[in-house]
Amino acid sequence: MTSAPVAPAPVRPVGTTPDRPAGSIRRRQRLRRALTGWAFSAPYTILFLVFMAVPVVISLVMSFTDLRSTDLRNPFAVNFVGLDNYTRLFSDDLFLRSSLNTLVFVVIGVPLTIVLALAAATALNSGLLRFRGLFRVGFYLPVVTSIVAVAVVWRFLLDPEVGLVNNLLRVVGVDGPNWLFDTKLALPSLIVMAAWRNFGFLMVVFLAGLQAVPADLYEAATLDGANRWQQFRNVTLPMLRPTLLFGGVVTGIGYLQFFEEPFVMTQGGPLSSTLSVSYHIYNQFGFGNYGYAAAGSYVLFVAIVALSVIQFRFLGERK
Amino acid sequence: MTTIDRAGVRGRDRVAKAVLYAILSVGLLVVVGPFVWMALSSLKPEGEIRSVPPTWLPQTWTLDNFRDLFSRLDFPLYFFNSAFVALAVTAGNLLFCSLVGYALAKLHYPGKRLLFLAVLGMLMVPGMVTFVPQFVLVSNMGLTNSYAGLILPFLVGPFGVFLMRQFLQSIPDDLIEAARVDGAGEMRIFWRVVLPLCRPALATLGILTFLASWNNFLWPLVVASTEDKYTLPVALALYSIGQNRTDFGLLLAGAVVVVLPVLIVFIVLQRHFMRGIATTGLK
Repeated sequence: MTSAPVAPAPVRPVGTTPDRPAGSIRRRQRLRRALTGWAFSAPYTILFLVFMAVPVVISLVMSFTDLRSTDLRNPFAVNFVGLDNYTRLFSDDLFLRSSLNTLVFVVIGVPLTIVLALAAATALNSGLLRFRGLFRVGFYLPVVTSIVAVAVVWRFLLDPEVGLVNNLLRVVGVDGPNWLFDTKLALPSLIVMAAWRNFGFLMVVFLAGLQAVPADLYEAATLDGANRWQQFRNVTLPMLRPTLLFGGVVTGIGYLQFFEEPFVMTQGGPLSSTLSVSYHIYNQFGFGNYGYAAAGSYVLFVAIVALSVIQFRFLGERK
Repeated sequence: MTTIDRAGVRGRDRVAKAVLYAILSVGLLVVVGPFVWMALSSLKPEGEIRSVPPTWLPQTWTLDNFRDLFSRLDFPLYFFNSAFVALAVTAGNLLFCSLVGYALAKLHYPGKRLLFLAVLGMLMVPGMVTFVPQFVLVSNMGLTNSYAGLILPFLVGPFGVFLMRQFLQSIPDDLIEAARVDGAGEMRIFWRVVLPLCRPALATLGILTFLASWNNFLWPLVVASTEDKYTLPVALALYSIGQNRTDFGLLLAGAVVVVLPVLIVFIVLQRHFMRGIATTGLK
């Protein structure tokens, strides 16, 4: 009803001006269309503004203040402290430690997850395979499982005495370590656990990407005498580049915010060896240092944007 | 590796096939094995769970661990809280995201581009950035430790809009135009013409939202301060983190209760899942 292109504009003799009613009808139509659009957007937009957009802005403002949890009832006690929170962050040993841990988590975790996902996707895409659905659902299972349930299982698997992992090691005569309580092994354990938990998601994305590769490319490669590995290198990987890029960015963004794994498995320990940036922010929030926590979260935000830009540059241009 | 060399399924392919199945089966064992073991162990008495060497199938089958969940913890209540919050969040997302998705895809009005850009930008913002001010907001509204506080911040999300808009753009304009010519109002068009066509997208969004909410952990952990508002993951985590890992049986049974509904939803509706991830992942 609002915009009916069915009737062509009335043909006017050249040189005459449009008569008034038509103009005001059009204006009224435009208003009506705008009102309809706004009416449909309003419920979402209001909730979006109140609970997401405004908090993002407030968070930024907060990061320049010394707001503490005790100030909430009395906002006038809050001072603007300029960049103090940010400078404090970079002389905060725990923040630096958590940044390093997070970096390790991303630098090792992302490639590990991608390789697992790509291997699984490639295998599942094989024409030789049956029961594809079974494998796909199985590999996806950890993705839809609550981290808390995963933690219960993994803490048992990695238990030094009764855990399955060390029991298996004992069978081959190795005395297994205390995985989660060793400062050198705790972070690697969590990385493996995260890759185990997340590769299924990327696998599904990669599978869709693989199925979009035109079959005649492989036919041509076969005619040229390319073996499977060469086909994978020269056809599959280049065709999959946009999908791999997406996977890398999404996984990287996820791992930069790594929080749940250490929270439920190690509480950041032992000796802060699994403390992540998000975890540090969460702790500061818990201590009531809201301004400081907000500054930390903006540093994380900048890191996430930077990672996306770098990955798009790196993978996007090499075409 | 390729789907087109069906012509030569002979000796070499048979070897390749065997290797493929072997690798995938080991993979499946590593991924699914822990879940199977969890389910089986939850049916063992405490002593057997901790026995060395471990047993695979329970020597003594028992439901004691599950009974304990109900006698020592108030699991039915946590279950209700999880389900109630997840259903409310899902309903909100389906309604609000499809409304705005329709407007963004099919209606023309000032401010539309700005809104879409804001939504896209929000996709990049990490949860920790909004976490602190959201908490301040919710506590100033007096909504901590209430269902409203658990639900409201998740009623809408940028991902849902993105998904719905993407899908709605593929619906032909002519269809909507035809309904307009027939004299249907916008609301009627939306309910009668557009929404029924959106069923696949709504199913995808619904499942993803429900699971995300069911598994959500940090927010309910912080907002729910008394036991009567705990969700399942919060109850399980608080119980397990504080304990001296003496009650593996209880924890494993709790984990089974957390995982089982998700597992059922996921297996029944996995097609929608995969489709949703594939389409949003590629676009």
